[in-house]
Amino acid sequence: MEERTKKIREIAKRLLSEGRVDVVLGYRAGTVPLKNAPYFARTPEEAENFIWDSHGRINLANFLPQRQDRVAVVAKGCDARNIVNHIVENQIKRDQVYIIGVPCQGMIDPGLVYEREGRLIEEAIEADGRLIVKGQGFETTMERTEVLRQNCRSCAYRNPPLYDELVTDPVPEQEGLDPYEDIKEFLTRPNSERFDYFEKLIEPCIRCYACRDACPLCYCAVCFVDEHMPQWLGKSIDPRDKMTFHILRAFHCAGRCTDCGACEAACPMNIKVRQFTRRLEMDVKELYGYEAGLSPDIQPPLTVYRPDDPQDFIK
Amino acid sequence: MADMILKKSALADFIKSLSGSYKVFTPSREGQEVKFASNQGKVLLDFQNTLLSPKDFFFPQSERMFEYSTDPAAADAFILKDIATEPEPRLVFGIRPCDARAFVILDRIFKNDQYTDSYWFARREATTLIGLGCQNPCPTCFCLSVGGGPFSEEGLDVLACDLGETLLFKPLTEKGQQALDKAEGLAEADDKTSQEAARIKEQAEAAISSRISTDKIDEKTVMELYEAPHWEVVQERCLNCGVCTFVCPTCHCFDIQDEVAGKVGDRIRNWDTCMSWLFTQHGSGHNPRADKTSRVRQRFMHKFKYIPMKRGGDIGCVGCGRCIMLCPVNIDVRDVVRDMNA
Ligand code: SF4
Ligand code: SF4
Ligand code: SF4
Ligand code: SF4
Ligand code: SF4
Repeated sequence: MEERTKKIREIAKRLLSEGRVDVVLGYRAGTVPLKNAPYFARTPEEAENFIWDSHGRINLANFLPQRQDRVAVVAKGCDARNIVNHIVENQIKRDQVYIIGVPCQGMIDPGLVYEREGRLIEEAIEADGRLIVKGQGFETTMERTEVLRQNCRSCAYRNPPLYDELVTDPVPEQEGLDPYEDIKEFLTRPNSERFDYFEKLIEPCIRCYACRDACPLCYCAVCFVDEHMPQWLGKSIDPRDKMTFHILRAFHCAGRCTDCGACEAACPMNIKVRQFTRRLEMDVKELYGYEAGLSPDIQPPLTVYRPDDPQDFIK
Repeated sequence: MADMILKKSALADFIKSLSGSYKVFTPSREGQEVKFASNQGKVLLDFQNTLLSPKDFFFPQSERMFEYSTDPAAADAFILKDIATEPEPRLVFGIRPCDARAFVILDRIFKNDQYTDSYWFARREATTLIGLGCQNPCPTCFCLSVGGGPFSEEGLDVLACDLGETLLFKPLTEKGQQALDKAEGLAEADDKTSQEAARIKEQAEAAISSRISTDKIDEKTVMELYEAPHWEVVQERCLNCGVCTFVCPTCHCFDIQDEVAGKVGDRIRNWDTCMSWLFTQHGSGHNPRADKTSRVRQRFMHKFKYIPMKRGGDIGCVGCGRCIMLCPVNIDVRDVVRDMNA
C-alpha cells in the first residue's frame, strides 16, 4: 500500500510539474473509516495528498466523460477497463488521458466489516495485509482477504489492461475462477422465485440513484428516469417503478459493465445491485465471447451487426 | 411533572402497556440496518442512530394526497378528492435528540403565515416522541455546534436516559406526561437518580469531539458566500446523487405528480432533491440551476445561510452526521462549512 502511495505521488508530481496533464485524479484519505475520497490534484503540492488503500471503491473513470482537459487517472484493473469503455464509446480521447495503472489487490467491502463487527467502527488502519478496526471499547484485527468485496474476489483483471505507466510490477491474476457459479444455480430456480428474489433485493431502495450516478457507464445527458416529456417512469417508491428502474439500468449496462462494483459501493442501503448486471455480463460473455473494456480496438458486440452473430438465442 | 424510573427488565412490559393506546415503534436491528419497527419483542438500546432519518414518520417518501376519476362519464370526473386519513396515535420510543430537533425545524417550514401542511401536522399531532439521550455519540455527530446536544429536549415529549440497570424518563410536555401516565412499571425517581442523569449528560456532551463554527457565515453576505471559489472544488467529485438529501432529517423538498391507472388517478407527492437537475427544470426549458456547482451550493447554502436568515439564526442542520457517513465520495458537511466559515 505504502509503496503504491509513494509511487502515485511521484508520478502525479512529475506529470503535473512537466505540464504533461492539467489534472490528476486519484484518492485522498477520507474523513470516516473504510472510505476514501476521489481527489483532483492540479499542482505538484496537491499531489502529496494522494493515497492508495483498500477503500478506493468509487471508480474514477466516472469523472472522465466529456472532459476537455488533459487528465491523468489513477486506475486499478476495473477502472482502466472503464476508461477503455469510454475511449470506445467516444467519451474521451485516448491521447487526452494518461492512465496511471495500479495492479490491484482488491478493495474492502465495509458492509462485510460491519457485519462481522456489528457495532460502529470509528477507526480503520491497514498494515501488512491486515485490517485493524477500532471503536468504543474494542479493537479487532482481520485479514484483508476475508473482507474483500465479492467482485474483487472473482476479478480476473486486477492488472489494468491498458495503461501508460504502472506503479508496481503486475500482481498475479486470480486463476480458475467461475464468477457466475451462483448465477448458474439461480437460473435453475422457477421464474417466480427469481422475481421474488429481485423484489426483495430492492425493497430497501430509496431511489436516490447513487448506483447510477457512481457508474461510469451512466453518462447520458438525460437518464430515462429523468425523461419528462413524456415521462417514462413513476417517481414514487411503488415496487413496480423501482423494479423498472433497476431492470432498465441493468440492461443499459449489458455488454459494457466491468463488474467494478462502484454501484454497490455508492448505495446507502447496501443493496447488491450487481445481481442485476452480472447475469447480463455472463450472457454477453457466453454468447459473444466478449468482456468489456479489455481493448480499445474491439467494438462491443451489442453495438455492431455481424451476419455470423450467433442468433439461435433470439426466439 | 416528575421524573420517573423504570427497571430495564420491565421495558418490554412498559412498551406493551403503551400498545393499547398507541402504535408503538422502537429501534431494532435488521441485518446491518437500525430502523424503527413496531411489534418488536426486543427493544434495541445499544445503537448509535438509525441508518435513515425518521422524517418519514411524518413525511413519507411517497404520499397519496388526492384521488380522482378520469372517466369523462363520471359526475366527479377530474375532481380532486382528499384521501381522508385520520392518523392513528403513535408513540416512537428511542428517537435521538438531533432527529427530534429536525422536526422542530420542519414544523416551522411546513407552516407559514399563509399555509399549513396538513399532512405533516396531522401526523405530528398524533405522535408522541420519547427520546433517548445519546451516551455514545459517533465521531461524525456535531449536534453541539448547531444548537442541539446529545440530551437536547427540543421537540421531544419525554427524554429518556439509560442508567445501566434502569431508564430515567423526564416528561417534557403534556402529551409526554399522558403517555407516562398510561405506562406500567414506572416509579418516581429520587433526586440522586436525577443527578446521575445530569452527570451522564455532561459526560456525553464532553464525548462529542466534532465541532464546527458558523459565526463568520452569519457575518458574510449571501453573494460573498455564493461566489466563493470552494464550491468548484466540492462539486468536482460530487455525484449529484440524492443520498445526502434523502437521508437528511431536515431535507424536505418534494415533487407532486399525477399517476393515472385506468380510470382513476392519484396525486402523489414524493421526496425530491436539489441535487437533481430536474428539480429546478422549468417548463420553458430554462434551468436556473443548470450546473452541478449551483446544485451542490444550494444544499449547503440552504441549511447554513438561507434558513438561518429566515428563521432568526436557527441553522437548518442538526448535526446528525448521516450525510457524512453515507456520501459515496466522502463530501463532509463539516469541511464544507469550514470553507464557508473561513
Ligand atoms: S474488481 Fe478487480 S481491479 Fe477492481 S478493485 Fe476489485 S480486484 Fe481491483
Ligand atoms: S454497473 Fe456497477 S459494476 Fe457495472 S460498470 Fe457500472 S458501477 Fe461498475
Ligand atoms: S443507490 Fe441503492 S438506494 Fe439508491 S437508487 Fe441505487 S439501489 Fe436504490
Ligand atoms: S454530496 Fe455526496 S451524497 Fe450528496 S449528492 Fe454529492 S455525492 Fe451524492
Ligand atoms: S446536513 Fe447532514 S449532518 Fe446536517 S442534519 Fe442533514 S444529514 Fe444530518
